[in-house]
Amino acid sequence: MQLTGSQIFWEVLMQQGVDVVFGYPGGAIMPIYDALYDVEGKIHHVLVRHEENAALAADAYWRATGRVGVCMATSGPGATNLVTGIANAMMDSSAIVAITGQVASHLVGSDAFQETDMTGITQPITKHNYLVTDINDLARVLVEAFHIAKAGRPGPVLVDICKDVQQKMTEYVPVTEVNLRGYKAAKPPKKQEMPRLLSQAAQLIAAARKPIILAGQGIKHADAHAEFIEFVEKSGIPVTTTLLGIGVLNEDHPQNLRMMGMHGEAYVNNAIADADLLIALGMRFDDRVTGNLKYYAKNAQVIHVDIDPSEIGKNVPADVGICASVKDVLRDLTPMIENHAGGYRAWYARINEWRGDTKAHDVMAYELPPNMMLAPQVIRAIWEETGGDITVCTDVGQHQMWETQYFQHRRKNQLITSGGAGTMGFALPAAIGAKFGRPQDEVWAIAGDGGFQMSIPELQTVMQEKLNIKIAVINNSFLGMVRQWQELMHDRRYSSVNMTSPNFVKLAEAYGMCGMRATNVAEAREVIQRAREHNGPVLMEFVVEQETNVFPMVQPGKALNEMTRREKVPLPAAMGGGMEGVRE
Amino acid sequence: MLIDRIEASKNPTKHTLVALVENEPGVLNRVSSLFRRRNFNIDSLAVGTTNDPTVSRMTIVVDTSKTNAALVERNLYKLVNVIDVQDLSAVPAVLREMALIKVHVADNQKRSEIKQVIDLFEAQMVDMTPNSIMVELTGNEEKVDSIIKMLEEYGIKEVVRTGRIAMARG
Ligand SMILES: Cc1ncc(C[n+]2csc(CCOP(=O)(O)OP(=O)(O)O)c2C)c(N)n1
Repeated sequence: MQLTGSQIFWEVLMQQGVDVVFGYPGGAIMPIYDALYDVEGKIHHVLVRHEENAALAADAYWRATGRVGVCMATSGPGATNLVTGIANAMMDSSAIVAITGQVASHLVGSDAFQETDMTGITQPITKHNYLVTDINDLARVLVEAFHIAKAGRPGPVLVDICKDVQQKMTEYVPVTEVNLRGYKAAKPPKKQEMPRLLSQAAQLIAAARKPIILAGQGIKHADAHAEFIEFVEKSGIPVTTTLLGIGVLNEDHPQNLRMMGMHGEAYVNNAIADADLLIALGMRFDDRVTGNLKYYAKNAQVIHVDIDPSEIGKNVPADVGICASVKDVLRDLTPMIENHAGGYRAWYARINEWRGDTKAHDVMAYELPPNMMLAPQVIRAIWEETGGDITVCTDVGQHQMWETQYFQHRRKNQLITSGGAGTMGFALPAAIGAKFGRPQDEVWAIAGDGGFQMSIPELQTVMQEKLNIKIAVINNSFLGMVRQWQELMHDRRYSSVNMTSPNFVKLAEAYGMCGMRATNVAEAREVIQRAREHNGPVLMEFVVEQETNVFPMVQPGKALNEMTRREKVPLPAAMGGGMEGVRE
Repeated sequence: MLIDRIEASKNPTKHTLVALVENEPGVLNRVSSLFRRRNFNIDSLAVGTTNDPTVSRMTIVVDTSKTNAALVERNLYKLVNVIDVQDLSAVPAVLREMALIKVHVADNQKRSEIKQVIDLFEAQMVDMTPNSIMVELTGNEEKVDSIIKMLEEYGIKEVVRTGRIAMARG
């Protein structure tokens, strides 16, 4: 069959099972958009209002479905606008394929109109990238791109397609096999090494008195939930998760201590600091979870399982490092360990001792003046009113951390958030991508007033696509997280963190969207209820106390268990001074 | 024969990796960009073709006093265009470097002295003008270092070294 490069492009996407793409057209990608005209109905194109949001939506689509997200843009500024979203996908190991148009192949290198060296720019923020200058490479390259994006540790792949390649014709032969001799999704330990590593791991587990499991999103990527729960329950070992690991184990589970790290609860970080064995599964010891490495888990031996060989030993030396899929490792390791369900009594008692004072440090325990609402109360209200049975897309900042603390995640993979990159403006485009991935689900975007103002234009995408998503803006009139750092580390010298906002209710109306506002908890509950009853998108503004801090906090450079915590109640009922953190 | 036959580098902080990579445009850039991004300290990188026209061979010397060679190896593996990585520090291997050295020749007396040095090192004289000699030498880095040191007193005009290339024995 003779097809143009553009037709081949869509053929391959359909072959890969793609049914939605997020993008924005322009000169160098017009032939592909022209060919899209003929396949609309089979593949839906979502016209975002800024290319960055196409990449973020594609990323969230992947997180919501496990299917590769696709975004596309024209050359030059369209392509460079994708960059933040691609970097976000790289940091969080999201499988996306980013397609960019490029100037015609004979013009490459000539500074032609809207020419930008995209393979150069994205080299450090993609798993791999391609510049396609020959139509006969196109189908193979696209198939490889989808394969590489998903294989092993997932990540973004960029395919930059010259305009003449899109226009030329060739005989299309579907590519069904990927033949990449160099690419090993993982570098598995040699066959004979595996049993030795597993028995070493089993021995360490048998000898440990104070073990703890550090669970990351590698468990999700390996589709190892079942193997993980079996391992957790048979071992009896307490579990803590990374931010992106939230959702690999029900947070109601008695062994789940919940999130660790910079804003993890104190008892979790204390447990890690005191542990004699860390069992790290599909996580990478990011600085946000370790604090100062010099003092990190000094008494612990480390078992580290990750599919990416370069993560093992990168930040924390492993006593037993296993480069393999968590699924395969747990399947073989669980039968090798003793049944310890209900065990580690003394260890749990220790942890529970630390846990005991958590409530007293909780901002929720404070007596608040009437008509004052705290951001954590909004999160708690959303959780309670929805029964927690929603997909949550958070932005970046204080509200993101409160979401982890005050929303009890019981559903698999229900939280979609930007972890490694911390990309403000993530929540709304992520909710758009997630809604396409989970159309039956109730999807919420929760953002701060700062981050939301980075993605306001996408409100119109929501309207154009008639997406029923609920958008909660938590308005503290500050770039809250930066303000908190300035308060705690820069002597309260508030520099460029005051955030004014438009009238969000009127803004919603201008977009033809339902808008509501709440300034106290009773109103908040009512707004949430009404928003859920409303059959369509809603923009909710929650006006909250401006200078509440997220605690506990491991300040940069501090040891993980050297946390700044909120003063215990009882306290002066008035706010202000009482909200300050104290060093433990 | 002087200073030869010292195959394994005497310097324990120099670690040799060999990467077989696709012979395609941009691959060298991917490898060097990886080193820059990961802040790896690389002493030398020598690239050339092999008997298979689709494969290039890179010899990479890592300064292990600053950089963990195992991490370099594992990161190289992640590159799609890298076919195989061998760690030659763990096995008996031949390590070689080639150098071209242009030495100043002041008079006939110096010329014959320089020729003696060349003979002593089993180097070659590959070019000669009334006031210069170009020397070609192949050996390990210590040998190259030594001849350069010897020739320095005559006045070195130019030096080029290929960086280490290596191959496992057997
Ligand atoms: C694109 C981008 N720019 C800047 C930052 C740095 N940053 C991290 S949190 C934050 C403040 C966020 O404020 P807001 O969106 O109002 O949320 P809050 O912290 O108040 O909940 C900033 C500026 C970032 N993470 N991303």
